[in-house]
Amino acid sequence: MNNAAKNKLKDNLLKYFGILCTLSGLIALAIFIIDILMDGLQRLDWEFITSLPSRFPEKAGILTAWTGTVWVFCLTALIAIPIGVAAGVYLEEYNKKGALANLLEINIANLAGVPSIIYGILGLEIFVRILNLGGSLLAGSFTLALLILPIIIVATREAIRTVPKTIKEASFALGATKWQTISRQVLPASASGIITGVILALSRAVGETAPLIVIGALAYVPFVAKTPMDEFTILPIQIFNWVSRPQHGFIINAAAAIIVLLGFVFIMNGVAVYIRNKAQRKGQ
Amino acid sequence: MITSVIKEKKNSKGMQDKIKQNSIKLESENVGVFYGHKKVLQNVTMRIQANTVTALIGPSGCGKSTYLRLFNRMNDYIDNFRKEGDVIIDGNEIYKKGIEIEELRKTVGMVFQKPNPFPKSIYENVAYGLRIQGINKKSALDEIVEKSIKQAALWDEVKDDLKKNALTLSGGQQQRLCIARTLAVQPSVILMDEPASALDPISTARIEDLIYELKQNYTILIVTHNMQQAGRVSDHTGFFYLGELVEFGDTRQIFTNPKSEKTESYISGRFG
Ligand SMILES: Nc1ncnc2c1ncn2[C@@H]1O[C@H](COP(=O)(O)OP(=O)(O)O)[C@@H](O)[C@H]1O
Ligand SMILES: [Mg+2]
Repeated sequence: MNNAAKNKLKDNLLKYFGILCTLSGLIALAIFIIDILMDGLQRLDWEFITSLPSRFPEKAGILTAWTGTVWVFCLTALIAIPIGVAAGVYLEEYNKKGALANLLEINIANLAGVPSIIYGILGLEIFVRILNLGGSLLAGSFTLALLILPIIIVATREAIRTVPKTIKEASFALGATKWQTISRQVLPASASGIITGVILALSRAVGETAPLIVIGALAYVPFVAKTPMDEFTILPIQIFNWVSRPQHGFIINAAAAIIVLLGFVFIMNGVAVYIRNKAQRKGQ
Repeated sequence: MITSVIKEKKNSKGMQDKIKQNSIKLESENVGVFYGHKKVLQNVTMRIQANTVTALIGPSGCGKSTYLRLFNRMNDYIDNFRKEGDVIIDGNEIYKKGIEIEELRKTVGMVFQKPNPFPKSIYENVAYGLRIQGINKKSALDEIVEKSIKQAALWDEVKDDLKKNALTLSGGQQQRLCIARTLAVQPSVILMDEPASALDPISTARIEDLIYELKQNYTILIVTHNMQQAGRVSDHTGFFYLGELVEFGDTRQIFTNPKSEKTESYISGRFG
């Protein structure tokens, strides 16, 4: 075999190996989803979605859990988006390069890698105890906001960095201030990247369980939360609770709840993709 | 005695007229620029009359862009930028305390080497400089947008689709749009950094015609790599070499009868 043929063979091998790797991920996901659907779909009806929890699997529903998840989602977004985007803009556009900037940079990168349970412990200390928020929605949302802040900050910075310097120069040269340039050129041009990052961060927050268990979110909450100061549960905790029960009925319930949670996350990712495509089309 | 006084008076009046006509718009006095420890411009002294076109020529890296960008303080964004000497516009040192950079840039517009329209509509590109000043009235914007695009000789090509994204225009059209955008703010000085270097010959010719037109109302400072272009569009030419202004004078004189050997060998194409 000559060299060219060898290279070609290597090329092909690598290609098929790549396809295999991609497929293995997809197949695992497909098997998982089919399995869940087969278990849970039969249980998923309007009653299941609108019922309060119960000791009897066939009576139990996910009303408190999904409303809790929606609450947590909204509050976390409200807290994390303004702070995260503002911090990203500050670090990228205002912060002078230097030792302090490097330190901040390294720390933010590290924060993104801290296990979520640590955030739970931090939240327990600061929000639940020191700020006296108890095991409330607000305490949980602050904790999750802390958890996803590094992701939003990093996404914001990366999106801002893709805005060409020439656009900023053009804006400055026309007499725009720094803030005008950021708000009218930089942020619109990087909006799709920021929004995508924000939604991906939020969908991570919605799936988090450990930190909320640590701060005291309860598995059994017999009412729908009405204010941010109420106690709460969320879908992942409800699912976790059900799968640890011995009765088969609760396993079916868990599968149905997983379908709802997955649907929520898929829709959010879909929205992220839609917004990104729309913004890209507008930019062209 | 009496006649000589009258004569003097006459002279001084004539002088005043002459000064008014040839009034100095831009000046640099012994200007030097450092980027960190590197000195990229030194002892540049130049006086530029109002309503003239001045070409800055010289080999790549000799400091032409740096010099140009002194006049709208665009170098301020470069880390470790430092300048010495005075940069003066209409008699005012523009680096002294209390100068508002944003106000300065409304007087001193700039056109860049590569066309850099905003990723917005043609209309919004031209309206941008006004909107940031808080002018949002539609009738006012409409009027200035139309006038500026006409002045930039682009109106006939775009008048029917001002809502179209500016990035769909050709390179030459984009550059004229950038000129229109600059004119909309009503500056009195326009800085151009190799404005035609990314364009084809026909677009280049249109930009050159435009520069000639604009001279009546604006003072133009243009960096160019192209000797013919400098010869065609400018009244005065400054030749930079290794951060120094080697020669500055009438364009015709510089091209036909340069005083410095360096200038001559650069113009005749022996280096650069
Ligand atoms: N941002 C910068 N930081 C440091 N040095 C720079 C920077 N921009 C330009 N220079 C240096 O300054 C000198 C003059 O550059 P420039 O004014 O762009 O020259 P020209 O426009 O004549 O090609 C060059 O040696 C260049 O390497
Ligand atoms: Mg240059």
